[in-house]
Amino acid sequence: MHYFWVPFLPMFGIIVPLLANKLNRSACTLATALLPALALCLIFLDLPAVLAGESFSKSIEWIPQLGLSLSFRLDGLAALFSILILGIGLLVILYARYYLSEKDHMGRFYCYLIMFMTAMLGIVMSNNMLQLWFYWELTSISSFLLIGFWSHNSDARKGARMALTITGAGGLALLAGIILLGQVVGSYELDIVLNSGELVKQSPYYLAILSLFLIGAFTKSAQFPFHFWLPHAMAAPTPVSAYLHSATMVKAGIFLLARFYPVLAGTEVWFVVVSLTGLFTMLLGAYTALFKHDLKGLLAYSTISHLGLIVLLLGLNTELAAIAAIFHIMNHAVFKASLFMAAGIIDHESGSRDMRKINGLWKYMPITATLAMVASASMAGVPLLNGFLSKEMFFTETLEQSILGSMSWLIPVLATIAAAFSVAYSLRFIHDVFFNGEPKGLTKTPHEPPRYMRVPVEILVTICLLVGIFPNYTIGPLLQSTSLAVLNHPLPEYSLAIWHGLNLPLLMSGVAIMGGVAIYLNRKHLFKFAGMFPDIDAKLVFEGCIQACVTWAQKITMILENGSLQRYAFCLCFFALLLIAPPLFELDTTRGSVPGTPINGAVLVAAILIIAGSLATIIWSHYRLIALLMLSLVGLVVSITFAYFSAPDLALTQLSVEIVTVILLLLALYFFPQQTPTSKSRPSHFVRDLTVASFIGCIIGSICFALMTHPLDSISAFFLANAKIGGGGTNVVNVILVDFRGFDTFGEITVLGIAALGIHKLIARMRLSVRTKDYAGRLWAKDKYPVLLSVVSQSLLPLFLLISAYIFMRGHNLPGGGFIAGLITSIALIQQYLAHGVDWMAKRVSVSYHYMIAIGLTIAGLTGLGSWIFDRPFLTSWFEYVSLPWIGKFELASALVFDIGVYFTVIGATLLILASLGKLTTKERLTVGER
Amino acid sequence: MELVYAVCVGFMSTCGIFLMLRGHTFTLVIGLTLLSYAVNLFLFASGGLTIGAPAVLSSSENYADPLPQALVLTAIVIGFAMTAFAVILAMRGRADLGSDHVDGIEPFDPLAEDKSQ
Repeated sequence: MHYFWVPFLPMFGIIVPLLANKLNRSACTLATALLPALALCLIFLDLPAVLAGESFSKSIEWIPQLGLSLSFRLDGLAALFSILILGIGLLVILYARYYLSEKDHMGRFYCYLIMFMTAMLGIVMSNNMLQLWFYWELTSISSFLLIGFWSHNSDARKGARMALTITGAGGLALLAGIILLGQVVGSYELDIVLNSGELVKQSPYYLAILSLFLIGAFTKSAQFPFHFWLPHAMAAPTPVSAYLHSATMVKAGIFLLARFYPVLAGTEVWFVVVSLTGLFTMLLGAYTALFKHDLKGLLAYSTISHLGLIVLLLGLNTELAAIAAIFHIMNHAVFKASLFMAAGIIDHESGSRDMRKINGLWKYMPITATLAMVASASMAGVPLLNGFLSKEMFFTETLEQSILGSMSWLIPVLATIAAAFSVAYSLRFIHDVFFNGEPKGLTKTPHEPPRYMRVPVEILVTICLLVGIFPNYTIGPLLQSTSLAVLNHPLPEYSLAIWHGLNLPLLMSGVAIMGGVAIYLNRKHLFKFAGMFPDIDAKLVFEGCIQACVTWAQKITMILENGSLQRYAFCLCFFALLLIAPPLFELDTTRGSVPGTPINGAVLVAAILIIAGSLATIIWSHYRLIALLMLSLVGLVVSITFAYFSAPDLALTQLSVEIVTVILLLLALYFFPQQTPTSKSRPSHFVRDLTVASFIGCIIGSICFALMTHPLDSISAFFLANAKIGGGGTNVVNVILVDFRGFDTFGEITVLGIAALGIHKLIARMRLSVRTKDYAGRLWAKDKYPVLLSVVSQSLLPLFLLISAYIFMRGHNLPGGGFIAGLITSIALIQQYLAHGVDWMAKRVSVSYHYMIAIGLTIAGLTGLGSWIFDRPFLTSWFEYVSLPWIGKFELASALVFDIGVYFTVIGATLLILASLGKLTTKERLTVGER
Repeated sequence: MELVYAVCVGFMSTCGIFLMLRGHTFTLVIGLTLLSYAVNLFLFASGGLTIGAPAVLSSSENYADPLPQALVLTAIVIGFAMTAFAVILAMRGRADLGSDHVDGIEPFDPLAEDKSQ
């Protein structure tokens, strides 16, 4: 069970390079390599069991309801990929130590690299599909960071963006596919999914799942038509190209196809789509590679071609094809990584990657040249090297398949042609770089690299040879267990011999090599031919598409979001209308069965006042002061309405809030233009707004009427029955507020406090111009604080406070309570502000309203927490009747303390708002006066 | 009586929404306040209209529904906080942008307006 730690070790290792960056370069490299090396050892510890055909999985539940768990598995396929990722990763770490210059931030580079390693290990070892997807996206992100590592380079930035866009979009498709698959199977665990192949293939969603998975795999593995990002990703430092863009990340798509082979493969669609995509990509890549002058460009297209080959193999309908595919994954990773590293060495030591400049390097770096030549021979499929073995298997399988019916013979023929091109570009790599005259126009004299920079290449080339000569001893067992994991059933017979006798595949290899040589010899004509076609820069096309998308999105945004609040409000109202209207049509009649109450004169008068007031508010909305007065009339009638319909608490609250609101709006109006310009609103808007408003009004009215006349099963009986027994109060509304629904109230006073603080912050540093005259052109009155008002308000203050205390105390049993008492106190104090001014009050009231809000909330919160001491849930209330001499029997309740909290918060919030605003008017008025 | 009540609620909502759709912040705030009155009345009515029977326990048998009342009570206070926030935000917007228009189109020159005053 060592393997469970494998994905975690590199994860912890992500920060190591950043910490070790201060040390010297070698120490930093060593520290970085430590944890991955340990992880590799752990894999080797578990390897014997895996080779014996076992597969492990272990999971830790996280959110089982959503199928989310931390779950890893180790089988042949995961082991193979883990060894590739960790092994080549370690070599790349060593290589990068010499490749990166002093200027590059080494710690950052290693950090990204190890992050990628973690992500890649996560993909191959995940046993949960969602977790797999998470790591899949992480590879896209780390690849983005690594491609763009030289962020001063515009090509690197563009290449990174392109790679992220393509692979990221593919990742989203994959997520959709995974979710669909998970829904079909009923689980996201791979153990279960991999054994549900038949269920999935018969599901109606099979096609959708397959297409989404293929989009994910093809984007990641650079298959046509998504292949264009890979050559542009070559702007990355070469160690990254060697690691991500040839050996591992681009294999993630292929890994996905291999991993889900038992579930998704085996149908006609799979064979045709996968094999044809692979075939076309292989041909396209091999052909294009030949004409690239950039060393890394050649290798990039060659990678695309080889990826196409592997995908083609996975799409062939013979069982051995999958085994050949896996074999080629390993071989390609080994020889291509070594080639990239060799290319990096050449670039590093000669200062150029252009094959028109670098020629005849054999003289300058014979050892590197030998290594590169062996590796490219392997790429070309020369016997005694690993590339030959898998290519031979590939040819055999193309001959066995029958996916195109009577046209199936095309596939081996095209495969041979692609192989010939592969030979040709390998030849070009060898001949152009190491022979073919002398270097031209190089800035420095090429030389052999530092000793240890070559070591990774040497190791990889040795593996090429070993596998090529002794396949059965070196790679045989791992290949066997991997194939078992991919096919999910007993393996067919196959042999890994170098010599299978004189047969058709050998002939094809021979033809390919001869053909390759012939193509290379005639390259001048071919170059001329290729030169006749316009050179399409994928980057420009891609940027163009992105730009078009952006413009299109901006246009849509401009339609929806043109900065007009009116339009947003209109859209909001309109959609509210669309949503609430349809259910109303299902109601047969508006009038329900509940008998109505007869109308009387008082109600009629109130109704007329409300309607007249609302109408007047609209009509005189241009004269803002009058509109405000009309509004307050409506508010007043509303509070009377509450009082009339048995809601004294509401009436009191509404009345006091009404007063505070009107004062607030009056103060604000001081800073606004006194009149709204009339000519601005267009008649069409007027009609439009009136229509929408009327519709909504009609609907609200209808619902209101229906609500009142239909029988209602309310939970209120509970509150009425329990207010006295459970809450100790007879005013049920207050008991609900401070006891039954105390938690809601606590939330509400918190919101009130936050709103007040927000307002305070908005007012601070506000710069406003104030006019010295009112709308009619009259100067403001000089008498700021009328004496009469001062005297009367001052003498009223104690009375006010007394009333508020009274209202507060009786709140639990009679109409009143913390909210109302708080508002009354606030009004009393606001009146002092109005009568005497902010400065006068500031001298006398030393309380800071911020603290008052905090104190109120703390009291309320502590009251709630207090119940924890008695092992009760938050805000459980307690009450007791106590008798004292002279005073008599009275009630003590924890709810009362809570209500004190409410009281203070309300005062603090209200006064913070109004006093801050009032202070602003005073300040501004002074400056105006001084003018 | 229910009918008259519903008509009032509907009418207030209409006026409130209409004012909210105007192009100036102050009118908008007034509309918002009017709409919140309507909404409070609407919520309150969901418990039915009862006359002369407040939810204060006594020997009586019949009480008004206390639950909508409790909801509306906090709604009134929160509504005040919201109105206050909206109006101060409008002031701040006017101070920082020099305009109290919310229609997103009209450029505004505070100096020009000051001259006209």
